[in-house]
Amino acid sequence: MTAFPDALEITGPTPGQQLRRRMFGHQGFMIGAVFLVLLVIIALLAPVLAPHDPYAQSLSNRMVRPVFMGGTWEHPLGTDHLGRDYLSRLIYGARVSLMIGAVAALISGTIGTALGVAAGYFGGRVDAVVTFLINVRLAMPVVLVALAVVAILGGSLSVVIGVLGLLLWDRFAVVMRASTLQIRGREFVAAARAVGCSTPRILLSEIMPNIVNNLIVVVTLEMAHAILLEAALSFLGVGVQPPTPSWGLMVSEGKNMMLFEPWLVLIPGAVLFVLVLAINLMGDGLRDVTAPENRN
Amino acid sequence: MLRFILKRLGLALLVALTVSFISFSLLFLSGDPAIAIAGESANAEDVAAIRALYGFDRPMMVQYGDWLWHALQFDFGVSYYFRLPVADLIAERLSVTMTLGVCGIVFALLIAVPLGVIAAIRPNSLIDRIALFLSVAGQAMPSFWFGLILIVIFAIQLRILPASGADTWQHFIMPTIVLGYYAMPAIMRLTRAGMLEVLSADYIRTARAKGASEGRVLFKHALRNAIIPVVSLAAVQMGFMLGGSIVVESVFALHGAGYLAWESIGRNDLPTVQALILVFALFYIVFTFLADVLNAWLDPRMRSA
Amino acid sequence: MNDAPLLSVRGLTLDIPTSGGTLHAVRGIDFDLNRGETLCIVGESGSGKSLTSLALMGLLAPKIRRTAVRMTFDGTDLQKASRRQLRQLRGDRMSMIFQEPMTSLNPAYTIGDQLTETLLLHKKVSRAKARARAIELLEKVGITAAESRLSQYPHQLSGGLRQRVMIAMALMCEPELIIADEPTTALDVTIQAQILRLLVDLQREMNMALILITHDLGVVARVADKVAVMYAGELVETGPASAIFRNPAHPYTRGLINCIPVPGRNERGARLGTIPGIVPSLVGEVTGCPFRGRCDQRVAICDTAAPLRRLPDGHEFRCVHPDGHRHEEVTA
Repeated sequence: MTAFPDALEITGPTPGQQLRRRMFGHQGFMIGAVFLVLLVIIALLAPVLAPHDPYAQSLSNRMVRPVFMGGTWEHPLGTDHLGRDYLSRLIYGARVSLMIGAVAALISGTIGTALGVAAGYFGGRVDAVVTFLINVRLAMPVVLVALAVVAILGGSLSVVIGVLGLLLWDRFAVVMRASTLQIRGREFVAAARAVGCSTPRILLSEIMPNIVNNLIVVVTLEMAHAILLEAALSFLGVGVQPPTPSWGLMVSEGKNMMLFEPWLVLIPGAVLFVLVLAINLMGDGLRDVTAPENRN
Repeated sequence: MLRFILKRLGLALLVALTVSFISFSLLFLSGDPAIAIAGESANAEDVAAIRALYGFDRPMMVQYGDWLWHALQFDFGVSYYFRLPVADLIAERLSVTMTLGVCGIVFALLIAVPLGVIAAIRPNSLIDRIALFLSVAGQAMPSFWFGLILIVIFAIQLRILPASGADTWQHFIMPTIVLGYYAMPAIMRLTRAGMLEVLSADYIRTARAKGASEGRVLFKHALRNAIIPVVSLAAVQMGFMLGGSIVVESVFALHGAGYLAWESIGRNDLPTVQALILVFALFYIVFTFLADVLNAWLDPRMRSA
Repeated sequence: MNDAPLLSVRGLTLDIPTSGGTLHAVRGIDFDLNRGETLCIVGESGSGKSLTSLALMGLLAPKIRRTAVRMTFDGTDLQKASRRQLRQLRGDRMSMIFQEPMTSLNPAYTIGDQLTETLLLHKKVSRAKARARAIELLEKVGITAAESRLSQYPHQLSGGLRQRVMIAMALMCEPELIIADEPTTALDVTIQAQILRLLVDLQREMNMALILITHDLGVVARVADKVAVMYAGELVETGPASAIFRNPAHPYTRGLINCIPVPGRNERGARLGTIPGIVPSLVGEVTGCPFRGRCDQRVAICDTAAPLRRLPDGHEFRCVHPDGHRHEEVTA
């Protein structure tokens, strides 16, 4: 069986293996991924990991300092103005941030991808309408509109998620439209059309697999965006309502004691920063490894 | 060029009209605006009286037409809370927000453009890495938290800057940094990418072959081309920043239009909120329109087209 | 006028560090060029012609290492010259015309700005004088309505016009040396001849030395005083144009000349000459004759040596065979 002796030499890593290798070799991506996975695990295991009930108040134990500022291990990161364990609230807060980021990105991703792919694939009038919608959406001041709508409808987790999901679809639409435009002209799409594939089939099995990389990158970036916006809304007092442990809300509550106990503000903000940074690093890394030619 | 401007102008007007309708319909999201004004405890007669007074009993499209007609004449109705014309309230507050926005974009450009240029001249150098870190960190930094950290350091610990208010120019330093920092990463990345691309262009080699000095090559020949997209990005960012000033203004208690928006939302003062959404959206529309025109004007290829 | 050559190059070597090892792109090039002379450097793409011309101008990318035994321009040592000195030479006494007229002009400035810049950089002249000179030269390179062209932008001109502007730009300071790197390759065939004729006419009129880089031997035959044939980073044959065309010594040169279709010699429908084989990799140690892989005169020693052979009239070539042809005794 030596008819094709060279065949062995041709076999190398598959594109998938190459991609995985590039991912593991990318410093930023790995750092981001490790932190994100860690935070997801912490959020999932919150009931096990949290030393205290995040809602349990103890008026005699208010604003106990963290252990590195002279506190005790009973409350490693101290307690807030109502005597609630800060570490436990942070751990449960990860659930709020991650859930908002994930669900809001899911909603906005669905809307934006549908609009963007339609605009890119069908072009013409569809494209004109979608481009117009994107322009309108970009013109709306996000923070202000989100604040107003959440204020009118009442601040609850689901309202915040819904509002953010309905507001943050613009980048999905822009990127998916451009990617689809690029793919639409390729030969394999023309070939699929020539053999009589239906439009939904072409969209799903020819277009989507080729733009999914870009989609994932936008998903990570918009997750980060949604998490930051929720924190800002909660900080302004018109997002997730107390006593839900949201990191933005914790910063807002700590703000009043900032003069004497700045750590009340620093700690939740730092955690928020780390989470968003991790997601962004991962997104940037993904962009690098999936499209090496687009670097810089 | 003129054709292009007219086309963009038409689009801008259409976007503005759509946004105005959306911000108007926000009023109806709550169900009955009359109840919102009268308060939950008001009796049915009071609510009915208010409904008639404000014209809420008319069809929605009629109300919108009426509102738009007045808005075109800078009449946004009367604030439920202050009992003053909304237009006057906004006009009074807008100067603070505009000052902040201009300072912010100037600060961002002053930091981001030189950093982007240096990063492009020396890719992978220490400065490039620092610039990259600043841009990645900048995108992840919650602006309200950044503002509070600055307050802790400069107002509480060092006591060299005022923590809140808008009385002196010192009051604007920290808000400017926070707002400008938000626009920096995008500007820096675009400057760096643009310079990298331009520096490898053939006409840069031509300039060197002429005997132009490195400085002249970089600034006269390269930057002039790389800056074109940055200028329009800056204009767009300016529009975004004004919309984002609400967070910064609330952190530093700067009584600008963003702060007014925040207060009005808390007070259920819907005419003010509606008007502010429209005003901020108009700012964005005007700035993106300016960005397109500026872009076309700076690029000879588009100017003569 | 002194008798020393205007440009003298000995042992010019260019190394490019790559991830796979050092790429020896140009190895030990020697040539002299007198005032008013035309030297044509011929070779296929990738042979190092463009790199050599950039090296002379001092315009190489910083990562490329340049070494030479000697590299002088009118007595100035180009290797020891400061960046400032080099800058003063460039554009003033030596200038360059590039291959790509479409992208070699800055899109953000008018033709006038770019033309006068060269003059204003090097000479103490008023803007009005510089403008007048620009108009004069635009007319000289055959551009009509020269004055109105000054306020136009590059994108408003065709490729042929842009290359004329590039030539005018190179001539602004009346340089002593012009290096033209395939100046007509990117243009339409009908324009190519015009531009080339223009360039050569102007060179004669202004008594400039010209280095013309090309892969078109037909062009070389018409304009060259001297020819340098480059292959895979080495000059395999140099000498007076007449000698080389009459008596090409190196097998590669012979192959090139055979590739020129000549009416009468080539039969109708006959296949044009080709040189089979591939160019060797220049990464890592390069030994022996670089052309041996494609040479029909190849013998065993070619793997290790390609000695320099001198013929009369300064005609030189590198080959183990004294006359470029294999004889039985050499094989032994």
